[in-house]
This record gives sequence, structure tokens and C-alpha cells, in this order.
Amino acid sequence: MSVGDYIRDSQIWKSVFRHPAPYDRRNRVVVMLTNFFLHLHPVSIKQQGIALSYTWCMGGITFFLFLVETITGVLLMFYYRPTLEWAFNDILALRDVTTLGIMREIHRWGAHAMVITVWLHMYRVFLTGSYKPPREFNWVVGVILLKLTLLLSFTGYLLPWDQLAIWAITVGSNMARATPVLGHEGPGFQFLNLGGYDLITNASDARFLLLGSRFVGEETLNRFYILHCVAIPLAAAGLIAIHFWRVRKDGGISQPL
Amino acid sequence: MNSLSLITSCLTLGSTDPHPNVTPSVLYGLGWLYLILFAMNAVWTWKSYHRGRHFRLPEFLGGMDMPNAAAWSMYSIALLLVSVTHLTCASVPEALRWFVMPDFAKAAIDFVVADARRYFAVTTFGFIGMLLLRNWLAKPNVGWVLLNLALLFLCVSLTDWDFRQIVGKPDNVPIVAMLFIVGFFTWLFFYRANENDRRAAQGQGPVEAENNEKVLTWPDLVYTEMICMIAVTALLILWGIALQAPLEEPASAVKTPNPSKAPWYFLGLQEMLVYFDPWLAGVVFPSVIIGGMMAIPYIDFNKLGNGYYTFNQRKFAITAFMFGFLPLWIGMITLGTFLRGPNWNIFGIYEYWDVHKLEALNNVSLSEYFWYGIGQPLPMAPAGANFWTQAPYILLREFVGFVAIGIYLGVLPMVMAMTVFKKFFLRMGFLRYMVFSNLVLMMAALPITMVLRWAANLKYFIKIPEWFFNV
Repeated sequence: MSVGDYIRDSQIWKSVFRHPAPYDRRNRVVVMLTNFFLHLHPVSIKQQGIALSYTWCMGGITFFLFLVETITGVLLMFYYRPTLEWAFNDILALRDVTTLGIMREIHRWGAHAMVITVWLHMYRVFLTGSYKPPREFNWVVGVILLKLTLLLSFTGYLLPWDQLAIWAITVGSNMARATPVLGHEGPGFQFLNLGGYDLITNASDARFLLLGSRFVGEETLNRFYILHCVAIPLAAAGLIAIHFWRVRKDGGISQPL
Repeated sequence: MNSLSLITSCLTLGSTDPHPNVTPSVLYGLGWLYLILFAMNAVWTWKSYHRGRHFRLPEFLGGMDMPNAAAWSMYSIALLLVSVTHLTCASVPEALRWFVMPDFAKAAIDFVVADARRYFAVTTFGFIGMLLLRNWLAKPNVGWVLLNLALLFLCVSLTDWDFRQIVGKPDNVPIVAMLFIVGFFTWLFFYRANENDRRAAQGQGPVEAENNEKVLTWPDLVYTEMICMIAVTALLILWGIALQAPLEEPASAVKTPNPSKAPWYFLGLQEMLVYFDPWLAGVVFPSVIIGGMMAIPYIDFNKLGNGYYTFNQRKFAITAFMFGFLPLWIGMITLGTFLRGPNWNIFGIYEYWDVHKLEALNNVSLSEYFWYGIGQPLPMAPAGANFWTQAPYILLREFVGFVAIGIYLGVLPMVMAMTVFKKFFLRMGFLRYMVFSNLVLMMAALPITMVLRWAANLKYFIKIPEWFFNV
């Protein structure tokens, strides 16, 4: 009896995998039904629907990059402190002295790659007409996920707290100042006033809501940190679950009708 | 200074030029790039040999049949020689002066790209050309030649110091890669769409409907996913080792960098700031883009092209979406990343980022055109007037702009409904048609505003700085 057989015959192995290895047709079906991670997929699938030149694999890669970002992000969170005193120095240390500081490189390049792959996924879904009935709503979910991806990347951009970070966020968030009605330099902000006093000022407008301050400062760092590490990932994870579930419920990967 | 004298000045070491175009390490690195290019083409030659296609030499060369593989093998060998020359002669830059981008070519390319008008014209006409020539471009050999040209262009351009500064910035490397990836997938789309369109013309169904038996997810899909995951992980680790994530000086609220750029994926929006006020470019248009994209499935009534690649069955939808994605979104990001420099001026890819470059700006609004045109001063409220006294004056001053925009977004859709979009209007119904036409017109507003700015220095259709309401 080989070592492999011995392991697969053990009680521990059998308690984890309730059936023999997927070498024959029956067990290849069973593995898809009994494995928690694999049950995302159907048991069988149309051949052309999984051809790489059809799907470009971009949605799958985007999801995988989301997982990579989550794992490297959690590891980075053990090290990084989002305060004016420490933020920059922690990143500096990650670069120069910390073991496995390469996690930051993987996190950043993974983020760039994720923005690109999510665009390409959208491009492919449009070009194959996969948003057409019955998949209209899943396209809408996808657009929200695309926006969340950009917001994740945008909020993460601030965290190194270097010149690149704060000025990119300053440029990006300055636009919120001009939000119609809700920005203190936006058209129609005068409409929100109470007895002659403006309700919308630079300390109460849309930009203030985003930054938690009148300029990009420590409050902004804290706000973006929470958005980046908790709020947006949770929202994205929920929507990803819906997105995948809907792919199955709307008839699987799109195919000629 | 021409390239030759520049090379010689490099040779008289220690080079006094603080921005040397060619250095031994650059040439050595290029040697490896050419070697990769050689390897790619060697594989292509091999595939071409097995495909066994021939082409006819022109008469003055003998007019005989040649295998395609013969041409590719000669090209590959040339690349190998270039590579070896670079790797062995890197320390003697003058020996490699033929592989440097010549100055006249740099000047010509900078002339084309370092100007918003010409850049936009080139990308737009390039896009139209791509659609018209799609049958020819989608041939594998043509696609391969274009890829080679693009890579060769990158290689010889890397001999320029300014080009290296902008393209080699770690944060910009993924954008260079993105251009190639987007180009590849656009090519792949046309390749597959053409095949399906050809089949449809012969009454056959799309390729995707053939050989479409069900297969088991394990192993057919699960293994592909596994290989993809390993490949992506390996790529990320290699990328992380090769390029360090950027970290600049510690943040300082008083030292504004010039230029100050938003993250690269928002540079298309930042580019719109040149043509529109922040409330439009930064708030309204992004919301319209998001809302408009969500609306796509509900306004596209065309039932064809669901689940397979095609161009002919969805001409309007694909042209409109590609125009938004390629020249406008990707094109504007490219412009913002590689060409926008200090003071948000446009610089050529081989041009030094001179902070003191001057560009004259003299912009006029539509109301000024109108009132000065009929020889009247701008209607102005008496100084110190309150809001309600000011309002009629302001509205009178800007009425041409309101009328123009009313016509553009209100009347023009009606006219189009009766003419070019008649079919759409009948199929969609009033509400859906109005949403659709307004989305199309808003997307068209960007190029229209650009052209008016360049042609007539027109800045605003409606200019009410008093209310922060400039359109």
C-alpha cells in the first residue's frame, strides 16, 4: 500500500473528503457537489462557455485578485498604523527592513492589476452581449462592483501618507467641493440655507463628509483606512456573492440562445 | 544636439549630460528586450512553418513563391543579431547608433502627440480606421506585425531619457502593459466577431454554438482556474520583486507637487476638468457614466448578439461603447498619464518636463460672443444687488447658452427621433428613447466641447460664476 493510499484510507482524510479522489466520472460529479468552495460551480458546463478565448478569464482573475488583496491586506494591517505619526514610517519600514515587506508591492500591483482586469471583464461582457436578458440585473451589480473596485483603490492610495498619496487624494476629492447643492462651491448650494445662514459650508459639505475635515488630514486617513479595510471590502464581498449567485440563477455563463 | 553628438558626449566620460539618452546599462537591458522579441518571433516562425502558408514575392525580386515562415525566420534572425550586438557592445554606444530613435522621428512624434487637438484627432481617426479596416486588422499575421511594431517602437524609444522617465515610473508600468493588453483583447474580439459575421452571412450559427457539449467542471474548468491562479500569483511575485512600490517624500500639505495628478484610473475625469467645471467633470459626468452604464441593458433592445462575438449584428452598440472605452476612457488616461506635465501642460513623450513651458490661453464664453457680437455690453445687475435682483440680469446675460443647451438636450433628440434614430425611437418608446439619446448626447458633449474650445476658444456655454454654475 502506497503512502498516498494510506493517507486516503485514514479516518481523518475520509472525514474531510467524503468520497474517493475525483478520478472517475462519478466522483468528479460528487466533488463538485460536496466541496464548499467548488459548489460555486455547476457540476457540468458548456464547453464553449469556458473557452479562454471566449471568457478571457477576466472575471475569475478579478475575483482571485480580490482574494490576494484581502490576504496581503490583512497581513499589512498587522503592521501598519493609520496615524500621522506612524503611517509613512511603517510603509518606509515595510520597504526597507520588514521581513516579507514585499506584501506591500504585491498589494499595490495587485490593486493596479485588479482595476485593469475588472475593466476587461466589463469589456468582454459587453462585447459578447452578455448583459442582455435575462442577465440585465447582474450587469447592474457588476457596474456597482466596478465602482467599488475603483473606490477601494482610491481609498488605499492615501494610506502610505507620502506626497503622491495626499495630493492624489486632494485632487480627487476637490471635485466633491463642487457637488451640486451639497458642495460649498457647487451650483445651488445657496438653496440649503436657514434664515439667511448657509447650511453648506466647507465644514459641512460633501467634501467634508468624505474627508472628515476641511483638508486631507488625520481624520481623512482614519476615514479612508476604515473605508479601505472594512466598509468597502464588506460591501464588495456581499455584492460578489450576489454576482456569482446570479450568474448561476440567470443560466450560467452566457451562451448563444 | 543630434543623436550622434549626444552619444559622443556620453562617451567622453564622466558624462557631463545629466540626462543621458543612452548609457551602457540601458543598452544592455535593451539587449534582453530584443532577445525576448526574438524568442517570441522564433515561436511565431515555428507556428507559421506548421501552418505552411506561402506568399508571392514581387516581380522585381523574382516573383516566386516563398513560405511565410522564411520571411519570419529572417526577421527573427535579425532580431537575434540586434540582441547580441546590444548585449556585447553595450559599453560602446556609438556602435549602436542605428538602434536609437532618430531626432527627426522624435520631433515628428512629439509634434503629433504633444497637442490635445492632434492627439484627439489621431485617436479618433485611428478608432474609425480600426472599425473600417477590421477585416484586415483581424488577420493573425497583421496583428502580429502590429504587435512587433509597437514593441520595436517601445524598444527604440527607451533610448530617450525623457521617455524612460515617464514610461519607466513604477506606477506607469501597469498602464503601458494595459495598452498592450487592451489592444490584444480588442484584436481578439474582431478576430472572433469577423469569423461569426462571415458564418452568419453564409447562414451558419456562431462558432460558440458548435461543439458545445456539456463537459464536467472537474477537471475542465477547475484545472484552468488553478493554472490561472498560479500564473497570476507568479506574475505578482515577480512584478513585486522587479519593481518597488513607489514611496515619495512624506506628505506635506504646503508643498504642492507640479503636476498634481489623481490616481491613474481617474485621469480621464481629471482630463475633463480642462473642458468642464468640477461640478460637471467631477460629479455629474461620473454619475452619468455610472448610471448610463447601468441603463445599458434596459435601453439596448437588440436581441441579437447575446452570448457570442459579433460586430455586424450590433454595429451601433459596439461602436458607441468602444468609442467611450477606447479613445475617450483609455485614450484620456494615456494622455493624462504620459503627456500631462507641469502646470497641466501637454508634453511630448520625448520632451523634457520644463516647468516654465508657456501655453497661451484665451477663452471666451458664449454669452460674451453673443453680446459683444451684437455690439452690446453684458447685462449687469447694479452693484450690491440682492439675489432676486441679480437673477433676471444673469439669466438674460446667459440666455443664449440656456437656449443652446435646451436645444441640444431637448430638441435635438426629437429631431433625431424623426430622422437618424427613427427606428430606435419606434422600438424604444418615449421615456427609454429620451434616456438613451441624452446619454449619447452627453458622451458626444466631450468631443464637441473640445472641438469648440480649439476652434473658437469657447470655454462656457453658460457662465454664471456667481452661482458656481458654468456649463
